Amino acid sequence: MSEVRNVVIVGSGPAGYTAAIYAARAQLNPIIYEGSVTAGGALMNTTEVENFPGFTDGVMGPDLMDSMRKQAKRFGAELITDDIIEMDLASEIKVLKDGSGNTVKARSVILATGSAYREIGLVNEKRLSGHGVSWCATCDGFFFRGQTIAVVGGGDSAVEEATFLTRFADKVVLIHRRDSLRASKIMAERAKANPKIEFLWNTEVIDVLGADKVEGLKLRSTVDGSESEAAFTGLFVAIGHIPRSELLMGQITLDNDGYVICEGRSTRTSQDGVFACGDLVDHTYRQAITAAGSGCAAALDAEKFLAH
Amino acid sequence: MATSKVTTASFDADVLKSSTPVLVDFWAEWCGPCRAVGPILEEISEEHGSKIKIVKLNTDEESAIAIKYGITSIPSMYLFVNGEVVKTIVGAKPKPALLKELESFLA
Repeated sequence: MSEVRNVVIVGSGPAGYTAAIYAARAQLNPIIYEGSVTAGGALMNTTEVENFPGFTDGVMGPDLMDSMRKQAKRFGAELITDDIIEMDLASEIKVLKDGSGNTVKARSVILATGSAYREIGLVNEKRLSGHGVSWCATCDGFFFRGQTIAVVGGGDSAVEEATFLTRFADKVVLIHRRDSLRASKIMAERAKANPKIEFLWNTEVIDVLGADKVEGLKLRSTVDGSESEAAFTGLFVAIGHIPRSELLMGQITLDNDGYVICEGRSTRTSQDGVFACGDLVDHTYRQAITAAGSGCAAALDAEKFLAH
Repeated sequence: MATSKVTTASFDADVLKSSTPVLVDFWAEWCGPCRAVGPILEEISEEHGSKIKIVKLNTDEESAIAIKYGITSIPSMYLFVNGEVVKTIVGAKPKPALLKELESFLA
């Protein structure tokens, strides 16, 4: 394939699709690699999104992504449901390779690969993944009907998962290593008012117990270091995210946590013609609407770059 | 060969008594990652259907089987050979990763 595209967008989600909408409308004929199993991004694993402006009564995360995708398509963005597995971003013409072995060349690249779930980092967490340990309440909550389960974390996603899981579980215990939630007030209040949710403050999970399925957790107090065990049949991990920037290491400048560093308020990375947006850059706001906004900025930055 | 649907009633004949290895995809309509991996399993089934049979079990409709095999995450893909589970794959994975997991059964 010798054709050189104006812009390749890597990753879908609010940032990637918004970049595709803007780039397509700017007649840049963008191609977007949506990801073979990650298409639509983090919102695909959520339920109701209540705070995306314009949707008075809320919208389901997957429906919102489907609409953005269709909107990008309507303006002529080429959508590819595959992963980019290799990138060479150093030269003027960037070369990217997809999961099927095809190569695509481009004058500019917009990175929107988002982030992955953070793991606690316990050996038994990994071993029992899929056997009681989960990162996706909307996928797996159903299997914990009538049970007592734990959610670890204190941010919006932990509180959202805990609240969602009360549809199925008898009791949900939210384990957090601090003494108050980081989650937004409205969600925290909702969880506190839910009779099925209990809070275990100042506590961290140090081991997952069980031979071939989760039977309990080993806990440690962050106040006095005392250890205890408690019976649970499920553990949902919602302790944040890590940026999907493995392919970028050594090619563009990342911060110590692996997030892409952009120049000032722009989406320009350390590499000419390479722009980044969404959760790959943003460890502060991390909202669908801020991701969409930065995707728009990336497309405009790319357009300006190509014009020179 | 396209994937086929398996039910509690057909599980014994279609999976446990099958003469070829069978990959059972435990999935549900409302699960995003399940929908993402669905088309990949279709492709693998089309390309490798003679070596491995791929069937889909809807965990909403056939919860008895899901419970029997202790499914707590979907998608989960269990590979059965002669009625025994010989491999479990949990979570949606890209096609090359799935093919690698199944490598020794596709040779």
